[in-house]
Amino acid sequence: MLDPQSSLVMYDEEYQRILVLLEKLLRESNTKVIFLVDKNGQLIAATGETANLDTTSLASLTAGNIAATGGLAKLIGEKEFSILFHEGEKDNIHISIIGGRVILVVIFDQRSSLGLVRLRVKKATNDLAVVFEEMARKTAEETASAGSATSPFAEITDDDIDNLFN
Amino acid sequence: MSFINYASREINCKIVYYGPGLCGKTTNLQFIYTKTANEAKGKMISLATETERTLFFDFLPLALGEIRGFKTRFHLYTVPGQVFYDASRKLILKGVDGVVFVADSQEERFDANIESLENLKDNLEEQGFDIEKIPFVIQYNKRDLPNCSSVEELSDLLNPRRVPELEACATTGEGIFETLKAIAKLVLTDLNKGA
Repeated sequence: MLDPQSSLVMYDEEYQRILVLLEKLLRESNTKVIFLVDKNGQLIAATGETANLDTTSLASLTAGNIAATGGLAKLIGEKEFSILFHEGEKDNIHISIIGGRVILVVIFDQRSSLGLVRLRVKKATNDLAVVFEEMARKTAEETASAGSATSPFAEITDDDIDNLFN
Repeated sequence: MSFINYASREINCKIVYYGPGLCGKTTNLQFIYTKTANEAKGKMISLATETERTLFFDFLPLALGEIRGFKTRFHLYTVPGQVFYDASRKLILKGVDGVVFVADSQEERFDANIESLENLKDNLEEQGFDIEKIPFVIQYNKRDLPNCSSVEELSDLLNPRRVPELEACATTGEGIFETLKAIAKLVLTDLNKGA
C-alpha cells in the first residue's frame, strides 16, 4: 500500500500508463468524466468531458468528502468506506479508493448505469493499483539511492522564492 | 504531502491556516484571493454555515509561478476554528506541507490562542507530524485593534520554537502576503531537504 505520509512523485511514463487505463475505463463504462485524485486533494489525471469542469475544485472537495466519510467510518469501527455513490437528477458520481491513497472518481449519466460502472471500476482499480505500487516503489528507491540530488528543488535559492511573489 | 508531477512539470503543496474561532483565517484567504491575478488563482471554495462560520474548510488554489521549470502550485486551506469542530480539523491536516497559525492579538482571546495551539500540536501528532519539525509560521492578526496584547507577550507564549512570526491585519491586508511568502519559503526549502 502507498504510504500516505510520503511525497508522491509521478513521471511521464506512469502518467501515460494511468491515462491509458482511465481512457479504457471511460470507454468501457460509457461514462462522461473520470479523474484520479490524491487523498490530499491534488489532481493526478483526468479524462473525458473535462472542458467545462473545475477539476481543481472537484479534486479538493472529493478529497474532503473521502476524509469526512473516512472519519465517519472510524467512528463506527470501520477502516474506511471504500465506495461512495452520489445520485443526482442527471449526473451521478461514483467514488472509490485505490491502494489506500488514491481516489478514483467517475461521473456518469443515463447512458451508463451504476452496475456497469461498479463492474468496470473494479477491474480498472486492480490495474491502476499496480501502477501506483510501482510508482511508490520507484520513489522510495530513488529517495534511498540519490537522496535530494535528483529533486528539481535541490538548489533552490531565496531569490527563486522571491521571484514567485513579484 | 507534496505531489511532484514530472508529466506536467508541476509541484503541488498543501498549506493549512489554523487558529481559534474568528481569528481571521478565512479573511486571510479572502484577501489573497482578491489581490491575486485571475490567471494565478482558481475558484475559492468556502464550506461555511449560513452565518459565514467555516463548517469544514475554505480552499484556494494558487499557481504562483515557476521554479526550475516547475509550475509551483499552493493549495491553501483553512480549518473551522470553533472548538467543537475538532473532528473536521483533524481531517484537513492530512498530508499538510506547512502550517500558518493565525493568532488573535486581542487580550480576551489570549487563552483561546493557547488552547488552539495545543489542539494543533495534538492533531498534528495524530497525523504523524511533529510541530517542532513541520514548516510553521505564526501570524499575530488584528494588530489594528486597540485591545491587543503586545507582540512580545504573544511571542513568549505562542512561539517558543522561534519560528518566523509576522504582524498582520487581515481586513486591510497588512502582513498577509508576507505570511504566505514566509510559509512558502519554508515549505519549498523543506522539499529540498526531504524529497
